[in-house]
Amino acid sequence: MDVFIESLREAGRLLLSGDAYVWQILLLSLQVSGAGVLLGLIFGLPVGIAVGLLRFPGRGLAIALIHTGFALPPVVVGLFVYMVFSRAGPAGHLELLFTPTSMVIAQALLAAPYVAGISMAAVQAVPPDVRLQARGLGASRARALLTHLAEARLGLFAAVVAGFGAVISEVGAVMMVGGNIAGETRVMTTAIVLETRRGNFATALAFGLVLLTLAFVVNALLTRAQQARVRAGVHRPFA
Amino acid sequence: MSGTATTTARQDAPGTAAQEPLLRAERVSRNYGGRQVLRDVSLALQRNHVLAVLGPNGAGKSTLFRILLLIEEADSGRVLLDGRQVGPQDSDARRRIAGVFQRPWLFRGTVRANVAYGLRARSMSRNAVRDAVAPVLEALGLAQFADRSIDSLSGGEAQRVALARALVLRPDVLLLDEPTANLDVTAQRRFREDLEHLVRAHARAAIVVTHDAAEAFALADHVAVLEAGSITQSATPAELVAAPATSFIAAFTGAELLLDGVVDASEAGGLVRVRLAGGATLSGRIAEGYGQPATGARVHVAYRPEDITLGPADEDAPTSAVNRLPVIVHSIVPTGGLVRVRLLGGAPFTAVLTRGSADALGVATGISLTAYLKATALRVFPA
Repeated sequence: MDVFIESLREAGRLLLSGDAYVWQILLLSLQVSGAGVLLGLIFGLPVGIAVGLLRFPGRGLAIALIHTGFALPPVVVGLFVYMVFSRAGPAGHLELLFTPTSMVIAQALLAAPYVAGISMAAVQAVPPDVRLQARGLGASRARALLTHLAEARLGLFAAVVAGFGAVISEVGAVMMVGGNIAGETRVMTTAIVLETRRGNFATALAFGLVLLTLAFVVNALLTRAQQARVRAGVHRPFA
Repeated sequence: MSGTATTTARQDAPGTAAQEPLLRAERVSRNYGGRQVLRDVSLALQRNHVLAVLGPNGAGKSTLFRILLLIEEADSGRVLLDGRQVGPQDSDARRRIAGVFQRPWLFRGTVRANVAYGLRARSMSRNAVRDAVAPVLEALGLAQFADRSIDSLSGGEAQRVALARALVLRPDVLLLDEPTANLDVTAQRRFREDLEHLVRAHARAAIVVTHDAAEAFALADHVAVLEAGSITQSATPAELVAAPATSFIAAFTGAELLLDGVVDASEAGGLVRVRLAGGATLSGRIAEGYGQPATGARVHVAYRPEDITLGPADEDAPTSAVNRLPVIVHSIVPTGGLVRVRLLGGAPFTAVLTRGSADALGVATGISLTAYLKATALRVFPA
């Protein structure tokens, strides 16, 4: 038991004392996953909104593909991005392998299905009548659509949070395409793997604590978004 | 917004243009997947009028509401605003019309933001919006809720916010779909009283879509009855009650009770003898707009309980134009100063009489009486 208590105390000290090695990795993690989610949003959000609002042939297939994306194994995404950026790959000349950029791209591919799937559910949870009512008050089609999205905003926010939560804790893809190079591509998850092997439990645990805290915050926000929707429904005859 | 200016000018000019209704539907039809929801619907809304579109659920009321609100296109037919054909693409026309839906969805945010929504959509400046919203919040008793979240409102308050959201636009045409359907009975009565006053104060004219005849009669100058996608009668409330065009309208306008029967023989003066399902034979008047039905044709007979008079048993009929029926009192229901009497005699009838005349006749369960009903007070409709 002592090893836990000792490591936990040391982990707290590393985080609070602003240890350069720990904080550099923490910041890079947030940067890579933040950028990954942002890129994932750019692709996932329009797709999710379009599939949620429009009726078109092949929509069922699109939904199935998005949901398959939820279960996309990070190592497979890592393999794919690795091949694209490897020396022999189609984008090998860009020399992006083992850089944060390739990690961002891999995480964007992982985040996009989450963002698309959850934003799709979010816009579908708002009845189409909302757009009609907005139009009935003189709103243009574009404004009515924005109103619909504004009504779904908690769900859309949840899509962002869920996407971030999925990629920040992911290890397979960043390990493969980033290479876990100290000071360059080492992020929290890959650091945990390495430091555990080295026996530096305290350092590994420090990252573990940060990840746990993030997981808690992410889930708290998701729960809050869901509960808010339920609460609003009580007072809305049409919800 | 130049359209509005010319309209006002035209409206002020006496004669020609003033005759044109403010909003008019001309042979509007709409299909959903092969099912015809609206069939050649025509109606006219005059300035300063409230028009009710009255019909049962499934008659096509909400579809008509959306087409008149210019958020849905008709398959055929036209909608004209000031004599000019308009549609969902015509944003100037759309901004002269505002609608309150049956189940209003309030946008997330404050009451004030909801009321300001349509004005914002018209790109009105922040100050102008504030100045326009304040008196409407006041008029609807919402001033103290202005900065509250819509999540904290009761059903009645939410309904008021939905109405305020449309009234603040001072629309030329205000459309209301079942405005009191979500409210309980007392809230309904209060809201209806407010509605009449508010609608006339803030809108130039209004259309109320409703399944509730009482609501239509309370609010409207003119009532168009929509049955299975077609307008079957368009008249003032008084005309609808006095001369319902269909058995459905007779039943819908509340006071009338219906019996089923078969035509026994035609008589002079638009009268017809009908044998009721219970065996009694009565003379009745053919409802306006229908030809003489053939002998043996199935018909509905409508009457008002207050048109039945009661006398002692075995009394002679005063004239031949009065139906005379021997009846037995089945049950008595006191309702305030009046007494409703259920009678059996060839068919079940209901009569309404004052407590005084009931006492004078000695009305009691099981006694025999004679019921009289003028032939002209009985309306015969084809079944």
